[in-house]
Amino acid sequence: MGEVILTMKEIDKSFPGVHALDHVNLEVRKGEVLALMGENGAGKSTLMKVLTGIYTKDSGTITYEGKEVEFSNTREAQEAGIVIVHQELNMLGHLTVAQNIFIGREFKKGIRIDDKKMNEEAQKLFDRMNIDINPKERMSNLTVGKQQMCEIAKAISHDAKVIIFDEPSAALTETEIQELFKIIRDLREKNLGIVYISHRMDEIKVITDRVTVMRDGTYVGTLITKDSTKDDIINMMVGRVIYEDPKTESMVPKDAPVVLKVDKLNAGKMVQDVSFELRKGEILGFSGLMGAGRTETARALFGADPIDSGDIYINGKKVTINNPQDAVKNGIGYLSEDRKRFGIVVQKSVAENTTMATLEEYMSGIFIDKKKEKEVAQKYVESLATKTPDVDQLVVNLSGGNQQKVVIAKWLTRDCDILIFDEPTRGIDVGAKSEIYKLMNQLAADGKAIIMISSEMTEILRMSDRIIVMCEGKKTGELDISEATQENIMNLATREIE
Amino acid sequence: MANKKMKTAGQKSIIDRMGGQKVIVILVVIILFIFFCALSPNFRKYTTFVSILDYSYYISLMAIGVAFPLMTAGVDLSIGTGLVCYSLVGGWLIVFQGWPTWAGILASIVFGMAMGVVNGCLVALMDLPPFLATLCTSMITRGLGSIISGGFGISWPAAAAEGGWFRNIFKIQRNGLNIPIGFLWIILIVIIMSFVLNHTKIGRYTLAIGSNKEATKLSGVNVKFYHILAYVISGFFAGLAAISYSAIFATVQPGSGAGFELEAIGGAIIGGVSMSGGFGSISGTLAGVFVICLLKTGLPFIGLTANWQQIITGLVLIAAVLVDILKRKSEN
Repeated sequence: MGEVILTMKEIDKSFPGVHALDHVNLEVRKGEVLALMGENGAGKSTLMKVLTGIYTKDSGTITYEGKEVEFSNTREAQEAGIVIVHQELNMLGHLTVAQNIFIGREFKKGIRIDDKKMNEEAQKLFDRMNIDINPKERMSNLTVGKQQMCEIAKAISHDAKVIIFDEPSAALTETEIQELFKIIRDLREKNLGIVYISHRMDEIKVITDRVTVMRDGTYVGTLITKDSTKDDIINMMVGRVIYEDPKTESMVPKDAPVVLKVDKLNAGKMVQDVSFELRKGEILGFSGLMGAGRTETARALFGADPIDSGDIYINGKKVTINNPQDAVKNGIGYLSEDRKRFGIVVQKSVAENTTMATLEEYMSGIFIDKKKEKEVAQKYVESLATKTPDVDQLVVNLSGGNQQKVVIAKWLTRDCDILIFDEPTRGIDVGAKSEIYKLMNQLAADGKAIIMISSEMTEILRMSDRIIVMCEGKKTGELDISEATQENIMNLATREIE
Repeated sequence: MANKKMKTAGQKSIIDRMGGQKVIVILVVIILFIFFCALSPNFRKYTTFVSILDYSYYISLMAIGVAFPLMTAGVDLSIGTGLVCYSLVGGWLIVFQGWPTWAGILASIVFGMAMGVVNGCLVALMDLPPFLATLCTSMITRGLGSIISGGFGISWPAAAAEGGWFRNIFKIQRNGLNIPIGFLWIILIVIIMSFVLNHTKIGRYTLAIGSNKEATKLSGVNVKFYHILAYVISGFFAGLAAISYSAIFATVQPGSGAGFELEAIGGAIIGGVSMSGGFGSISGTLAGVFVICLLKTGLPFIGLTANWQQIITGLVLIAAVLVDILKRKSEN
């Protein structure tokens, strides 16, 4: 391990209502691979965005190659030699490999673009990296793994000294990951500093030298990888004090009937053989890290995405769900994690959104009975304590928490027995959060069955009667709330060392 | 609390702007009318007035129809050549096949709706971009019209002739004076369609699809059906427009009609229908159409050629679209 090339010290960054980074430290050395770990929302991405100039820091210093620096955009960072390889690849599929690598800085011959030279240069890069890609190939013809190699080649061609890999293995197959590791080791040999962001514990063990752990926007500590165990790292990741009291035991009566049974549900890569049961009055928490397939399971169950195979039983009866209409008919309501895109029609009024799923009931003949519509909307505004001047208010003007209440009202008018809450409190401030929790508990007490997908450990432990943990499209465990701890959930949510 | 204040202000200004645009457009219509009256003595004649209305019927009907695809964040470019095609089909059936006039009219409308179903299916079921889908059907209807008419113009029966009664729907003659009663029908249709837009499921879901199709679908709404329906409405009104066109003008020429749709779409947009979907009003659409019709008939009276009319209409459209864009920006 060589000298320090990059130091971030006491980095602080706040967004309205969120203290995203609280005096975070990070140190990258030449010729090492540093893992950056932490739960969803721990601040890893924010820190990297501050580093590469996408966000401006509030305070703290960044020292790079002995000098204090502050980049105002990614281009500046790139020119200085700090490059991110994103999880989502920014490639132009219809251009060739070489054209992609040199985009924005094409070689020219007079006014003509010199494709021949670009191909040669790209070939040299690939030779140096010891990988076999034809520079003249169209990008869209390559596998995701190969595309990523091109992205890395692009980074190297920028004369990078620090390369940040943001969950690079998420979309790769085993062989591709092995190739990636070869390249990373190679880069390490060449004395580059590498930051490797990943949730996969086994990879961390294999490829990294040190591990820096973040939690809730703070720096927790740094370990030497070979001297630490998975448990050490998990303890650092989750070792927070829980302020709200977690639930200690299930509130569901022993004899509560099963209202929903899902048997070996398959839908694409992200939902593989998922089976579970949901009982009346139960809040079933779905825990897992980003990309574990929880939302995909919910969307498949709701008919929003096609199901490959598997059976769904509602109240013991087998049902077919091909589209959201079928799901709604069967009494399922879905509250999306992305309210603005999938939950509400923001430019329409509270009343119109409330009756969106049940307009039939507010018709007199072919006409919408607007008086009745407003009455029912008003009723739910009152019972859910939605803060809005009146029901004609456009939803866009409400706060996140109140928008969420409008979506809840939409499904309550439908009298759904099964409600899927996907990240119910995302983007909602603390006060409104506890109101949503109260509401969910009330709904469960009234006999509704609730599936709650949440990336917040505290939320999972506070609300769930039972917890299902998913990892990479598979159900990896099921815990009663009485036996659930942060540690054993995180254990199930991260991939085992093979 | 400051937050709350801001929200209320936000709500008001949006409603202001919605009503605002409609009011502005009506003012523009009045100002244009006074402007042309002041500058040209010939414009101040009753016959000019009638001729403006003559032009307005088919554009109004197309505009009311196309407002629906526009509000779903789509477009229907096939209505212009479609109008001519449906008119040729109806006229051909009446003149050459001996169908009674009512049957020919019905055929025109049914053909229009059938084309709407085709457009709707291409867009809603096969996910073709609306621009492309309706551009293709516009070419198809253009060719189809020429084939059916054998390349010749077709004249629907004259007012005095047998089966010419339909011309009196739009214009009746009393004491040698043309009375443009068609305008009453247009007003009636505007009232009905405003009701459909604001008080029925059709209107509600049309706007919801334009506003957020995915959220509407996830609410369990049969989005595909209502998406197709918007194009069927557009086709239906293109059929009605074909009848009004056949009634006002002596002959219908195959191969014509391209560009009509732009006047209708332009009118709808000037009248406050949002190209990005989700917003619109039928009465505003009518006012927008009159801006276009006034420019079309008025500008020659003050000595500006048809070319100038095109340029000025283009500029007015840019202004209207800019208003739409600014509106959206301020909402975000």
